[in-house]
Amino acid sequence: MSEATPQIQWHRRVADKLATALAVICVLLVILPLAAVFIYLVIRGVGSLNLAFFTHIPSGSPGEPGGGMANAIIGSVVILLIGSVIGVPLGVGSGIYLSEYSRGQFGKVVRFTADVLNGVPSIVIGIAVYGLLVLRQKHFSALAGGVALGIMMIPTITRSTEEMLRLVPNSIREAALGLGIPQWRSTLSITLRTAMSGVITGVMLAFARVSGETAPLLFTALGNSYWSTKLNQPIAALPLQIYVYALSPYDEWHRLAWAGALVLIVIIVATSASVRWVASRGFAGGAQ
Amino acid sequence: MGVGIKVENLNAWFGKHQALHGINMDILPNHATAIIGPSGCGKSTFVRCLNRMHETNPDARAEGKVQVKDMNIYGEGVAPVDVRRRIGMVFQKPNPFPSMSIYDNVAAGLKLNGFRNRKKLDEIVEKSLRSSALWDEVKDDLKKKSGASLSGGQQQRLCIARALAVEPDVLLMDEPASALDPISTSKIEDLIFELKENYTVVIVTHNMQQAARVAEFTAFFLLGKLIEFDKTEKIFTTPTDKRTEDYITGRFG
Repeated sequence: MSEATPQIQWHRRVADKLATALAVICVLLVILPLAAVFIYLVIRGVGSLNLAFFTHIPSGSPGEPGGGMANAIIGSVVILLIGSVIGVPLGVGSGIYLSEYSRGQFGKVVRFTADVLNGVPSIVIGIAVYGLLVLRQKHFSALAGGVALGIMMIPTITRSTEEMLRLVPNSIREAALGLGIPQWRSTLSITLRTAMSGVITGVMLAFARVSGETAPLLFTALGNSYWSTKLNQPIAALPLQIYVYALSPYDEWHRLAWAGALVLIVIIVATSASVRWVASRGFAGGAQ
Repeated sequence: MGVGIKVENLNAWFGKHQALHGINMDILPNHATAIIGPSGCGKSTFVRCLNRMHETNPDARAEGKVQVKDMNIYGEGVAPVDVRRRIGMVFQKPNPFPSMSIYDNVAAGLKLNGFRNRKKLDEIVEKSLRSSALWDEVKDDLKKKSGASLSGGQQQRLCIARALAVEPDVLLMDEPASALDPISTSKIEDLIFELKENYTVVIVTHNMQQAARVAEFTAFFLLGKLIEFDKTEKIFTTPTDKRTEDYITGRFG
C-alpha cells in the first residue's frame, strides 16, 4: 500500500495541474477578445478624442475636419433612459410575477413569450415599432427609439430576475410569512432585496446589450445631424452615428467613428460599474 | 402572557393526501408542549396548521377549529397575516434575512408592518435579543454585521429574537435545535425554559430526551393521528397506548 501511494499521488498531481491549466487557458481565451477589442479601440479612437468631440455637433459638410458627437452622446443617453424606464420596471415586475406568483398555465405562457421575444432579431423589433409608432405619429422620434430598446430589454430582464429570485431559499420567504408580513411586502423588501445583486447584474446585461444596438434605431430614432433632445423629433445616437460615419468614404469620419465606439464602450462600462458600486453598499453582498 | 390553544377536529391535506386526521388537543398557556413521533407522522404539519403556515404550500389546505384566546384562526374573515403576527414561529434551519443587519433582522417584523417609532424599535430590539440570550454577543455590531455572518447557533437565537419582537402570544418551534451543535442546543433548551414564563411554547422535536427536558406536556403523533397526549412524565414512564410505548422504547421510528 505504502509503495503504491507515491504513484497515485503522481497521477493525481498531473491530472490536477492539467485541469487547472485547461481552466486558465479557457479564461484567457475568454478575456482575449474583450481585451483585443478594447485595446484596438483605444489605439484607433483615442487620437480623435478632444474637447470638441464632446461639445460640438458634426461639422456642416461631409468629411470636413472638426466637429464632434455631442448630440449623439446626449441622444444615446436620452434613448437609453427611455428604454430603461420602460424595460426595467416591466422586466423586473414580470420576473417577480414568474418567480413568486405564477402557478400553472399562465406562467408558462408568459415564460415562453419572454423567451420568444428574446430571440426576435432586433431589426424586426425596429420594424414593428416603426409600424406601431412611427407611422402613426408620421415622423421618426426619440420616443420610438426608446420604446424599441425598452422592448428589447424586457425579456432579458424578466428571465434573469426570475432566475435570481428562484435562487433565494424558500426558508427566507417562510421566515417573512411567519412574522405576519404581507406577501407583497415580503417579496419587495426581503426576497427581492436578497436577490438584488443578481437582479442588477441582469439589468446591466440588458442595458449593455441594447446600448450598442443600431438596427432597431434605424427606423425609429433615425439619427439627427443637429442638436435635438425633443422626444417627438428624430434624435442622434452613438451607434447610428458610428454606423453612418464608418460607411462613409471620408478618413476624418472614420476617425470620429472609432472615437465614438470607444466612448460608447466607456459609457457602458462606467454605467455598469457605478450601478454595481451603489448596489454593493449595505448588505446586498451578504446574499451569498 | 401566553394563551392556551384549543384544537378541535383539525384535518389537513397535501393535495389528495390527508396528513392530519381529526386532531383534538388542549394546549395549556405558559407551558411547553412537545410534539414527538416518527418522520412523516404530521408533527410539522400540525404546528404549521397552528399559525396557518401549512396552507402556504402549493395544494395544501386545512380544516377545523383552532381557538387562540378570542379568535378561531380558521374562522371566517380571519386573515392569515394577523394570525401569524400573534403566533410566532421558529424553523428547523436558522433562516435570518441575509440582506439585513442583525438589528434589521430583529426589527423586520415590526418595520415591514409599518412600525416607525425609532426609539421604541431600539427598545424592542434590545429586549428581544436579551430574551433570546444573544444581546451580549452582538450588542457591539448590531448594525454593522449581517445576520448571516453569525454562527448557526447564534443565527437560531437571532431567529427567536426576531419572532419575539412582534410580541406574539404563542411561540411555535419546529425542531429548532436539530441543525445545531450540542452547546447551541443546550442554550436553546435553557431559553425555552425562560420563554415559558411569558409565552406558550409548542416544540416539535425528533429527540425524545429533549422533549423530556423542556416540556411539561408531550403529544405523540403517528400516521397523522394524535395517539396520546399527556404529562411528559406519564408519556415517558407509563404510556397508556401500546404504540406510544413501542415508540419511546425504540421499537420503531
